[in-house]
Amino acid sequence: MSMYNDKVIEHFSNPHNAGDMENPDGEGVYGSPVCGDMMKIMIRVSEDDVITDAKFKTFGCGSAIASSSVATDMVIGKTVEEALAVTNQNVLDELGGLPAIKIHCSVLADHAIKSAIFDYAQKHGKTYKGLEGFDPNADEQDDHHGCDMEIHLPEKLSDL
Amino acid sequence: MTTETERQVYLDYSATTPVKEEVLAEMLPYFTSSFGNPSSLYTVGQKSKNAISRAREQVAALIGAEPTEVFFTSSGTEADNWAVIETAMWKRGKGRHIITTAIEHHALLHSCEYLEKEGFDVTYLHVDKDGFIDLDELKKQVRDDTTLISIMFANNEIGSIQPVAEIAEIAKARGVLFHTDAVQALGNVPIDVKALGVDMLSVSAHKIYGPKGVGALYIRKGVNLPTHIHGGGQESKKRAGTENLTGIVGFGKAAELSGQNLEHHAKTLLSLRTYFLERVQAEIPDIRINGSLENRLPGNLNITFKYIEGEAILLLLDMNGIAVSTGSACSSASLTPSHVLDAIGVPVEEIHGSIRFTIGDFTTKDDLDYTVEKLKAAVEKLRKISSVSKDSGF
Repeated sequence: MSMYNDKVIEHFSNPHNAGDMENPDGEGVYGSPVCGDMMKIMIRVSEDDVITDAKFKTFGCGSAIASSSVATDMVIGKTVEEALAVTNQNVLDELGGLPAIKIHCSVLADHAIKSAIFDYAQKHGKTYKGLEGFDPNADEQDDHHGCDMEIHLPEKLSDL
Repeated sequence: MTTETERQVYLDYSATTPVKEEVLAEMLPYFTSSFGNPSSLYTVGQKSKNAISRAREQVAALIGAEPTEVFFTSSGTEADNWAVIETAMWKRGKGRHIITTAIEHHALLHSCEYLEKEGFDVTYLHVDKDGFIDLDELKKQVRDDTTLISIMFANNEIGSIQPVAEIAEIAKARGVLFHTDAVQALGNVPIDVKALGVDMLSVSAHKIYGPKGVGALYIRKGVNLPTHIHGGGQESKKRAGTENLTGIVGFGKAAELSGQNLEHHAKTLLSLRTYFLERVQAEIPDIRINGSLENRLPGNLNITFKYIEGEAILLLLDMNGIAVSTGSACSSASLTPSHVLDAIGVPVEEIHGSIRFTIGDFTTKDDLDYTVEKLKAAVEKLRKISSVSKDSGF
């Protein structure tokens, strides 16, 4: 479909790093099926704090799957601190851009990656600068990826 | 995007249809040799005028109306706007209450929202899980200040066909005008405005293998709906503007063919749909059929593939040359999921995974076999990488 560029389509059609990981060192989930997108990231971290492998599973649209693929590619080989610095904008740039309307709803990567690292840090008793102030369970209302699943109908309808 | 295959399977006939060759052939002379303005008095103008008259007869015949009761518009949406907004304004001395349903097309819903902003009161009737209104509920909602009931003939997403004759009876008994949006019903179910007793009815050409950009509003003789576009004397001074000559000619021909083909069309589509559904049910687990299979447009199927998202399914099918639509928020310009599926009680996460397949006159059994094969692969692929599964649930 012409709304996506070739790179997005390529990552959607043949996503990298899709699937499960056995006994991951860290695991994080972001989004919800109600919002239409939910991304789960699993990471393997070496003793010298390098992310040696990352996998994802995503419920979501084409751009959500493509951004999951690109984001996992981006963090593999990075140190944990470097991975924490990856932003949604970096993922978008790597994808070569998305239609404006898609940006807020389908790029969940930075939060999901942070959540996976947070899980890793907790399990291994580690602290990272990039995790300061991060709460994976923070109310998604504040930080949510623009999910507003109110069905667009006259307000009165809900009262009937 | 380049598709991986040359094969094209179009399963979105409710969105629009291709123009049939016979329709196009009828239209072509009116672009070039017979291009006169129907309002001009010389021969080439009168020829155009006659062509419009013939088209009006053809469209009228398909819905059981008198030709003088058919007014051409630019679209079904325009016909809906005209009927609803002009009726509300016209009758506002009597009252400011309108009744419609929660599952109307946006042409209707947004017209009603506009009227609400203008101080009108709109009641949106609920539908049951199958997509049908409750006639008793309708009766209860009619008030002394109700001026219009507008309820769609057949739904565009789930194909549910409302009890139009019964609705008309209720409206008539209370002295309320009744309009129905029959854009999806036209050509798929027999329509006889006289037998049904409707006051106004909207139709569109491009859903019945005619061209885009032309629709019509049936206005029953005796209903003096105000002028909608002011200008010249076209459409009995009710809808001014030089006529869309080629479009109207095409609409007429499409209506004629549709009338001849109706019974065969409905039977064939239903049999293809049944075949497709049986194969999908047998070969793809964890699906949900949205809406009733009874009293439904013959070519319409709406299925949720659980644990995955519809836009992703749509993309994978598109890569194989298959065109469908989805109720998922991700595919809509407003990022909101289908209000129709919501109204029939489909959970939001399952609306995201809904796909509408609409079968039409050019669909073959072979197309459907191909679609099942590609659909099955797409669903399996996406479920494999989904963060939601049967075990995890939503």
